[in-house]
Amino acid sequence: MVKGFGGSTLRIDLSTGTVARAPLDPAFARAWLGGRGFVAKVIYDEVPRGADPLGPENRLVVTPGVLSGHFAPSGSKCCFGAVSPLSNGHGDSTVGGHFGPELKFAGYDLIVFTGIAPSPVYLFIDDDRVELRDASRYWGQGTMDAEKMFKEDLGEDFEIACIGPAGENLVTFACIGHDYGRQAGRCGIGAVMGSKRLKAIAVRGTRALAVHDLPALKKSTMEIIKRTAQHPNMAPWQKYGTAMFVGWSNEHGVYPTHNFQTTYFERFAGIDGQPLVDRLLVSNKACFGCWMNCGKYSKVLLPGREAVYVEGPEYETGSLCGGNCGFDQIEQVAYVNWLCDRAGIDTMTGGGMASFAMECYEKGLISREQLEGHEMRWGSIEDFEHWVDMLVHRRGIGDAFARGYAAAAAAIGGGAERLTCQVKGQGMSGYDGRGAPAMLLSYMTADIGAHHNRAWTITMDEDLGKNVIRGKAKVVVYLQHIRPFFDTVSCCRLFWGEVDVTAEEHIDALRMMTGWDDYTLDEAMRLSDRLWNLNRAHFLERNGGPGRRFDYPNARFYEEAVPSGPSEGARLTMDDLDVMLDEYYVARGWGKDGNPSREVLLDLGLDACVANLERAGLLGGLMEPLPPVRGERYKPKAF
Amino acid sequence: MRIQVAPDACTGCRLCRQICTIEKFGETNPRRARLTIEAQFPVPGKYVPHVCDQCGDCAEVCPSGAISRRADGVYVVDGELCSTCGVCFDACPHGVLMKGEDDVPYKCDFCWACTEVCNTGALVRAE
Repeated sequence: MVKGFGGSTLRIDLSTGTVARAPLDPAFARAWLGGRGFVAKVIYDEVPRGADPLGPENRLVVTPGVLSGHFAPSGSKCCFGAVSPLSNGHGDSTVGGHFGPELKFAGYDLIVFTGIAPSPVYLFIDDDRVELRDASRYWGQGTMDAEKMFKEDLGEDFEIACIGPAGENLVTFACIGHDYGRQAGRCGIGAVMGSKRLKAIAVRGTRALAVHDLPALKKSTMEIIKRTAQHPNMAPWQKYGTAMFVGWSNEHGVYPTHNFQTTYFERFAGIDGQPLVDRLLVSNKACFGCWMNCGKYSKVLLPGREAVYVEGPEYETGSLCGGNCGFDQIEQVAYVNWLCDRAGIDTMTGGGMASFAMECYEKGLISREQLEGHEMRWGSIEDFEHWVDMLVHRRGIGDAFARGYAAAAAAIGGGAERLTCQVKGQGMSGYDGRGAPAMLLSYMTADIGAHHNRAWTITMDEDLGKNVIRGKAKVVVYLQHIRPFFDTVSCCRLFWGEVDVTAEEHIDALRMMTGWDDYTLDEAMRLSDRLWNLNRAHFLERNGGPGRRFDYPNARFYEEAVPSGPSEGARLTMDDLDVMLDEYYVARGWGKDGNPSREVLLDLGLDACVANLERAGLLGGLMEPLPPVRGERYKPKAF
Repeated sequence: MRIQVAPDACTGCRLCRQICTIEKFGETNPRRARLTIEAQFPVPGKYVPHVCDQCGDCAEVCPSGAISRRADGVYVVDGELCSTCGVCFDACPHGVLMKGEDDVPYKCDFCWACTEVCNTGALVRAE
């Protein structure tokens, strides 16, 4: 057994109810590390290319990574992955809290679900005891209610990951909830879980983790704790969490407002971190082993409604369900947060989709009649609530929204596609790329669609010039390798991003856990590069090519100028986007068509991708020779 | 001397439970920790740490004299004397007298590792 890992894997066929256990293969562990690494490899190898993401052949992959559960900077994560119903390509989403560590303490590194259960079930894990159990009494419950019921039935010391009604009803941007307010939110993995009639996973683990050099790990982590406690970012981070970025993004002219119509929300002061702390905060809430505690647990009192409790709103909710939907009071944003969490909807694509519906209503593209007599006004809780109900229960136009941006735009007509702020079906994160072109490039090229966790570039965009187009692609590639690395080893990237815990220190921790003394950051970056190319190949094999045609956002981002705020007048053209894509494909070693080249794939050991892409006529031709020293690809001089 | 608890400052991170088992058992296994964090969710949404305050209730009920008070005020368990009758567990007002695999109780001996790792002020070493 490899130290640092749990040691076991589970394969569960929900159609037949069979559970198969196998030890974790050490070579597989070293090659793919865990988290999104395991997800990418499993679904590439196993999901037939024509398979419906919501059908029996898709895999639902659940995997805490190697750092999860350990005494290391926030080893708290667990990755949920599948072929995404949003993009029809690789999808993964990582949740913090305590679920991943608990799986590790029970001894598991990887669970792969196939098939569809005949009736609703949940997976029960109590160390070696693994059972599929009837979930009919939990089916239909919201995520927080279901979690509470499971804990009452099984014990408070079980950790629960479950879907809500949105996942059950196959809303394509459904999430998986855990710990009363944390979510594996992106890529619609909750819908995949729902399609398999798997309501939840409940786990309790009581074993110690095997560690190669625990005294060294303890010493190193204690030093990091003491050092970062003095970091200037630590105190504000602990106090406000990510909510403080509402004001920050607004000041920097990247805050999505009214479905990305502009990038400055004049009434932001009511939904920033300060009103959250002043008016809602019940307690600070941390993930397992984390001393940054960005989670804010809130009690929300809206006039005429019962008090509700929700974790958040964190920044992405505070933007996409905040100014983007025209909500200007923190209580409103938190209430909408709660509505989405309870239903099991990703607040990001969910908030973006709601704002899309609001703009369609504003422009007369959808009618009151289509909304069952309701409206869809900016900043209306009543309208938002009714829209969520139509969405989750898939009534009328709600069914079109549930199927995703493309389906909704087609159903609405009238050029609604231009208002769908997304790439590859995934709604944009809470940053508008017109005030930060590399951020837009990051969305355009991310393997899972328009999500910021692969590469967040706002400060780099400002350092190099907000209007500068050229020279940023290499940095985006660098960030797309380093940031997802933290999802691969399953810890929080924010220690690296906010309080200067280095990637090398994470590699040191990895060595101390596993005993892989020769493991280097370069090996990790090569894995990131391999994953990026694998996921690109997977996407092309499923969706056809050329890749380039999938890499553009909706027309708003290359035809409309920002009308107000600090980025007023900022505008990108299709030529700008093409310049960035050309530079990006060169930096990746791909062809001008955005298809990976034979040279890069072979260099990364992805021989199977070469064969598959060649058969489909989807291999790209190199635009420029690859750099002779591979490490150069991972350390751009501009950064 | 005591572990001063400020529940409002607890974030539920469980670093204290991790370091406790690393310190006392040489392993990462929070479930064996000598203190607990009660998560009161979804309502009222608070974490409450429970720690040993060396009150001595466990020693008082022990029929075999296996739990005794050290000169520094810390109560310690002598496994040799323990009859594993288990009455001590119910006597602990904080639920932090833990049962070992051999049914012998084990408990906090004020090593202070939890107070050293806690950086929110939820657990503080106080004289």
